[in-house]
Amino acid sequence: MSEEFKIEIVNPEKSFLLKEDVTQVVVPAFEGEMGILKDHISIISFLKPGIVKVYSKSEENNYFLEDGIVEFKDNSLSILTSSIYNVSDLDRNKIEQILKDTEKESGLDNIDDQKRYLIDQKIEVLKSLQLN
Amino acid sequence: MASLDDLKKRISSVKSTQKITKAMKMVAAAKLRRAQESAEKGRPYSEKMNNIILNLSSGISDKENAPKLLTGTGEEKIHLCIVMTSDRGLCGGFNTNIIKKAKLFFQKILKENKTLKIITVGSKGYDQLKRQYMENIIEKISFKESKNVNYFDADKVGKIIIDRFEKKEFDVCTIFYNQFKNVITQIPQEQQVIPLKSKEEKETDLNNSYEFEPDEDEILSNLLPKNISTQIFKAMLENSASEQGSRMSAMDNATRNAGEMVDKLTIQYNRSRQAAITKELIEIISGAESL
Repeated sequence: MSEEFKIEIVNPEKSFLLKEDVTQVVVPAFEGEMGILKDHISIISFLKPGIVKVYSKSEENNYFLEDGIVEFKDNSLSILTSSIYNVSDLDRNKIEQILKDTEKESGLDNIDDQKRYLIDQKIEVLKSLQLN
Repeated sequence: MASLDDLKKRISSVKSTQKITKAMKMVAAAKLRRAQESAEKGRPYSEKMNNIILNLSSGISDKENAPKLLTGTGEEKIHLCIVMTSDRGLCGGFNTNIIKKAKLFFQKILKENKTLKIITVGSKGYDQLKRQYMENIIEKISFKESKNVNYFDADKVGKIIIDRFEKKEFDVCTIFYNQFKNVITQIPQEQQVIPLKSKEEKETDLNNSYEFEPDEDEILSNLLPKNISTQIFKAMLENSASEQGSRMSAMDNATRNAGEMVDKLTIQYNRSRQAAITKELIEIISGAESL
């Protein structure tokens, strides 16, 4: 039996990615990274800023997203996100820019703990991307 | 009867109007393609979002403590209506159709002695509503500066709505927009976003229970505000496609009418020219005969 399932990533503007042959997806769920294989139980979860890894037999792709929701049902995985980038498209300048915006945001006072956590996460991920 | 000179002037003025409408039609056609594309591309997101929320809300166990955005405040006294129109005119019945639909709704609400509040998005809607419903309009929003519809703008509107909801300024929120069907047909829509109307409870298959992380309530309370922005965004996309479609067909008609008018005027011009020549000939001939 094949171990492949379907993934669809959509953002408000368009359908970002549609693949039928992925074998594993690792998503940055709110309470830690989560690997999803075929026949996973139906799940809905939040995503925090981080890297989505999409594995198929032939290749592995990484995407950076800033927020989102993930739904897995009947062997089809949907990720809804407002902003997503292909990691290979992110160059140093782009990362720098997002990082700067995020740091500016974290300087504000009126944010609650949850948001602060998300922002810190984002900075961390961006910094690790910068090192590579 | 108009003199030859006047006719000539009219013909040339109609012709230049025709040129303008033709150009506008072309521009609208080009913009339409882009707007239609993005409207179609935007649909999966809002549909998926809606699906997830439906799944979530059907699975929620504790209806009492469910987020207010989902269940409403329990009252229906104050209605907030978001009327979404375009910023530019010359697009046929596009704006009028939305306003007509909205006004029907307003009358129904006022008849039931409920309070009505209006937010207009797009300046044309404000222009048409300010005469009759000035005291009901609480805010007007316009995105004249942004060239394309973007999520950022929609999010701004969404935040305004949620802000007002949290201050308990209204109980029910409805948005009005045009749904794009094809170039000639746009259907004015009213869509209730707060409280979320679950369309004819789909038969929820029970074996379809989800696991949630974190728990349902937290996901729902985070998701619902996002859903509002998403719905607004969808409405904006549909609206912009409808606007261009409507403008295109309006300008197409205008161009055709101008063409007909030019034909008619040209015939009239030729006839009166011929009449003038004939008259002159008669004068010459009868002058020669009398000699």
